Amino acid sequence: MPGEVRIVDRPESESSYIRAISKGLGITFKHFMHADKPTQQYPDEKWELGPRWRGTHRMAVHEDGRAKCVGCGLCPTVCPVNCIKLIPAEDENGERYAAVYEIDEFRCIFCGFCQEVCPVEAIHLGVHYENAEYSRERWVYDLARLCENDHPVTALWDPADPSSE
Amino acid sequence: MEAVTGTAFVVATILKTIVFFIILLLGVALSTYMERKVAGFMQDRSGPNRVGPLGLLQVMADGLKFILKEEVTPGTAHKKFFILAPALALFPATVLFGVIPLGSPLPTPWGRVDMIVADVPIGFLYVLAIASLAVYGVVMAGWSSNSKYSFLGGLRGSAQMISYEIGLAMSLVPVLMLAGNVEMPVLVSMQQSFSAGPATYGMWFVLPLMLSGFFLLVSGLAETNRVPFDLPEAEAEIVGGYHTEYSSMKFGMFFLGEYFHLITTGALISVFFLGGWDIPFWQGDNIRVLADGTVIGDPTWWKTLLTLVAFTMKTTFFVVFFMFIRWTIPRFRYDQLMDLGWKVFIPALMAYIMLMAIAIFALDTAGVPVGLGFSAALFGLNVVLMLIFLFVLDRGRLVQGATARTRVVPGVAAATVSEGD
Repeated sequence: MPGEVRIVDRPESESSYIRAISKGLGITFKHFMHADKPTQQYPDEKWELGPRWRGTHRMAVHEDGRAKCVGCGLCPTVCPVNCIKLIPAEDENGERYAAVYEIDEFRCIFCGFCQEVCPVEAIHLGVHYENAEYSRERWVYDLARLCENDHPVTALWDPADPSSE
Repeated sequence: MEAVTGTAFVVATILKTIVFFIILLLGVALSTYMERKVAGFMQDRSGPNRVGPLGLLQVMADGLKFILKEEVTPGTAHKKFFILAPALALFPATVLFGVIPLGSPLPTPWGRVDMIVADVPIGFLYVLAIASLAVYGVVMAGWSSNSKYSFLGGLRGSAQMISYEIGLAMSLVPVLMLAGNVEMPVLVSMQQSFSAGPATYGMWFVLPLMLSGFFLLVSGLAETNRVPFDLPEAEAEIVGGYHTEYSSMKFGMFFLGEYFHLITTGALISVFFLGGWDIPFWQGDNIRVLADGTVIGDPTWWKTLLTLVAFTMKTTFFVVFFMFIRWTIPRFRYDQLMDLGWKVFIPALMAYIMLMAIAIFALDTAGVPVGLGFSAALFGLNVVLMLIFLFVLDRGRLVQGATARTRVVPGVAAATVSEGD
């Protein structure tokens, strides 16, 4: 079935070619001379991250350098993507600790549940995002690396507005 | 001062060739960088700025990348022509540069050195002959790749370039009528004013032949295959166009060829319409060599340098202008492109050539001496013609779609409705 063809008879001010070109050139020239560019020169200027930014994990440590983790197993349980591997152990004093604690940052979705669930405030997410690596293996952070991380930890709520989520 | 002869001539020519070629290469390298910068600035971006100071070494990085990439020749390609095509794309623009006068003559202890690689007596015809070779690179690349996309791109390119070749050549006819000579240095000196020797017009041809300049500008754009005439390459329809199958430095040659063409076109328009290396409002640089070898004016080395700078600035102006056009205007549809070339430009140019011939003849017959008065009269006529032409072109009907033009659609009652319906 043939459709209806509408031929729009535009007024000259709209169908004009030269005027449109001149106008376009004027616009591009205006932008050309306009020095204010919104570009952020990334490696030189960095983002101001918010205090609740959820990034690379960080393990809190005691004063003597031991990880605060007591190997309770809550974080691997709550982790929705199973990115935390924890093998708990017990030392001669009967204190539990994490013999193996690995987080696959590649798999992590940075939900922050591990930080919320941790009873001893050992595992935290951090205000940090530059964690590019040359191999996938390097993305699996072991306990030593998690303890070494020294970026600020993620605030779970806004200190100025504690009642909000 | 006598022109250099013998060994000095050979040495001077070789030196000029090398120096001018290096200048051209540098210009090409810089214009690829400039294109990206200009595009960036227009879109409120910074453009390349990571490699080297202000990103100037980006050019080197790009070149290195081109050379290091894998070079693929399709198994079904016609090898000989496949390799020849990129060379042919680069060649015409490069050799065209040889007949362009870049500056005033340079006096040396061995004699006068003209700032032109080859001062051929048929410079203008050489330009037209070589410029028309550019289409071979496109056709050959399209055909020898043995790919439908390349083939379509090559076909489009050849049709477009041949169509606008006519416009290009015809837009230069009025220049010839006015200058009465085909030598490029003479064309330059005809746009300057002198106290002695044969009379000249004393103003840049862009004024007395304004419409001609406009036609050359547009045809030049079409010849360089740049937006809004970049139909040979259309990502949406025919992938990359004629260079779809090319990779590595062979593709790089097509890419560079575009910028060679850009600079050469800018330089040619400068010579024909912006007085070549002439510095405006200053008579000190007006130097010319008559056919019998006498030099009018006072050539010095610093004048040569200044005129070189002036010429570079004019060429750069056109290069930047072309870039502005590229990043402003959307491309034509193919039928519009052909319509503009065949139905608008060629008839308009024919009429224009006839009008200019009549005007020049009438002025001659009326006894107006060649000089400022003569060109001022032509300038007046051109302003009127330009206004009329732009008025007609501006109505938008000339490059409208085929449906809207005919207003009859088979099987459907012709309907003309206004926007408000």
